[in-house]
Amino acid sequence: MNNKYTRMDRIILNINNIFLFLAVLVVLVPLVYVVLASFMDPTVLLNKGISFNLSDWSLEGYKLILENDAMLKGFINSILYSVGFAVVTVVVSLFAAYPLSINGFVGKNFFMTMFIITMFFSGGLVPTYLLVKDLGMLNTIWAIILPGAINVWNIILARTYFKGIPYELHEAAKVDGASDLLVFFKVVLPLSKPIIFVLAMYAFVGQWNSYFDAMIYLDNPNLHPLQLVLRSILIQNSTDPGMISDQLAMAELKKLSEMIKYSSIVISSLPLIVMYPFFQKYFEKGVMVGSLK
Amino acid sequence: MQELTKAGSEQDMNIPLQAEKQATKRMKKLRYIRDNYFLYLLIAPAIILTIVFKYIPMYGAIIAFKDFSTIKGILGSEWVGFENFIKFLSSPNFGTIFMSTLKLSLYGLILGFPIPIILALMLNQVRRAAIKKNIQLVLYAPNFISVVVIVGMLFIFMSPTGPINQVVTMLTGEPIGFLSDPDYFRSIYILSGIWQAAGWSSIIYVAALANVDPELHNAATLDGANIIQRMIHIDLPALKPLMAVTFILGAGGIMAIGFEKAYLMQTTMNLPTSEIIPTYVYKVGLQAGDYAYSAAVGLFNSVINVILLIVVNYIVKKLNEGEGLY
Repeated sequence: MNNKYTRMDRIILNINNIFLFLAVLVVLVPLVYVVLASFMDPTVLLNKGISFNLSDWSLEGYKLILENDAMLKGFINSILYSVGFAVVTVVVSLFAAYPLSINGFVGKNFFMTMFIITMFFSGGLVPTYLLVKDLGMLNTIWAIILPGAINVWNIILARTYFKGIPYELHEAAKVDGASDLLVFFKVVLPLSKPIIFVLAMYAFVGQWNSYFDAMIYLDNPNLHPLQLVLRSILIQNSTDPGMISDQLAMAELKKLSEMIKYSSIVISSLPLIVMYPFFQKYFEKGVMVGSLK
Repeated sequence: MQELTKAGSEQDMNIPLQAEKQATKRMKKLRYIRDNYFLYLLIAPAIILTIVFKYIPMYGAIIAFKDFSTIKGILGSEWVGFENFIKFLSSPNFGTIFMSTLKLSLYGLILGFPIPIILALMLNQVRRAAIKKNIQLVLYAPNFISVVVIVGMLFIFMSPTGPINQVVTMLTGEPIGFLSDPDYFRSIYILSGIWQAAGWSSIIYVAALANVDPELHNAATLDGANIIQRMIHIDLPALKPLMAVTFILGAGGIMAIGFEKAYLMQTTMNLPTSEIIPTYVYKVGLQAGDYAYSAAVGLFNSVINVILLIVVNYIVKKLNEGEGLY
């Protein structure tokens, strides 16, 4: 195999591999650092950095974070919002995509134009906020789920996928006397598991990682998703005073607040870290289908 | 003369015929809708959501031209023409905010655009599939980290006592105020953006390279071309159409830069560079409650964006032998 390459080529390939290795390091080092730091005693971390001496390790950060009410509530809320959002957006997209995939569907161009216009023009932040407010959806789960549920990109992806299902399958079912309803639920949907999966994963991850809608629509801290709790821990530096008993001195408090930063990052990313290696190829597929239009 | 009347009478005949045709066409459509009402039920939720959450806010954007008060409502408020726009354009902040938005986006596009392409070209040279898969697994991972965690990590790493400043202090004796100094904001924003997105953005290029005919490479190798030459003369031209599309979309989105990361990275000290139009819209609109003014700023931004998209598409079309986005 290697004989194919000239000496010049082999030098270039080695340089290529070195650069790729460096790219991998650049991505990995910060991530590994955070994971290791989450297990460190904060005093050691501050003075010596990462240590591989087991006596310098501590699970205190995880203990604090798991005892934290806000974090637990945020976790539950995030699961609720992400699952709810994924279900609604996937169902709406699949339902809309099926008629649009049928040749001769009367009104196809009209509906398609109507959807595509929204990709280029939007009312903007303030009018959308005022609408959600007028609908009485502030501080409800609907403010998180409904405004973003219509995703034209998803509709286009699903429509492309449906078009790829051989038309003979529809015809055969129709000849057997099946209605559109039966064809859709018994023929098309069972064949569409991959695209359903891809859309659902994208929706879930997108919602899990977002904070903006929750920040503007949800005032009530009991409704806050994980990302908003994280924001107060990581960026606003506010530690819930109830979390750490009063006797602890200020310095200790600061140390602990540093400590829970790392463990909160790890805990909050856990669902995605666990899912990621298994689902990576599906996510990749989503990008591919999308780029083909 | 006879022919003329004949033609005339034929035309007279055609008019009712056409009307009839149209009527039957309409009948056909109506019958189709009646027979396939289920299809319309399926698409209905999407249509309703689109009208309510996309089109009604578009209508609501007219508050940008009004002296809006929540008590009077959208219709009841008085028209003020372009007053809100003039207020923004003549405000002392306008120049700074506009330029901050433009620079942040533009530098991000220029620096961020080539890196996924280079990554894809390099990945394409890795022969062993298993190694390639693992490298991709690592490079794609940051894409799934939330923006809150990314900014949280930046704050940890770059804080005056963080690991980066520990090294800096060791070398120079003094920590650098990465997070408070406005001069560092753009670099940190853009580089961390590349760290997060470059791998993921390379996917489409990697796929396009996989479709390049290996015969082209074999022939070039026989002619004595080395890897770099083949990259330049075979791989890059294969990526050109994709590059054009990505660039147009990126350039067209320059003013549509996201709010989420910039807002999180803002500290009171770095505002001179970190205050961009979207964060400004949020602050004056939802935090200060100046709805009409904020809507005007948002609308101004969208209009510039649409113009940019058209202009960039035109330029790329010219440079790219007629191949643009549309």
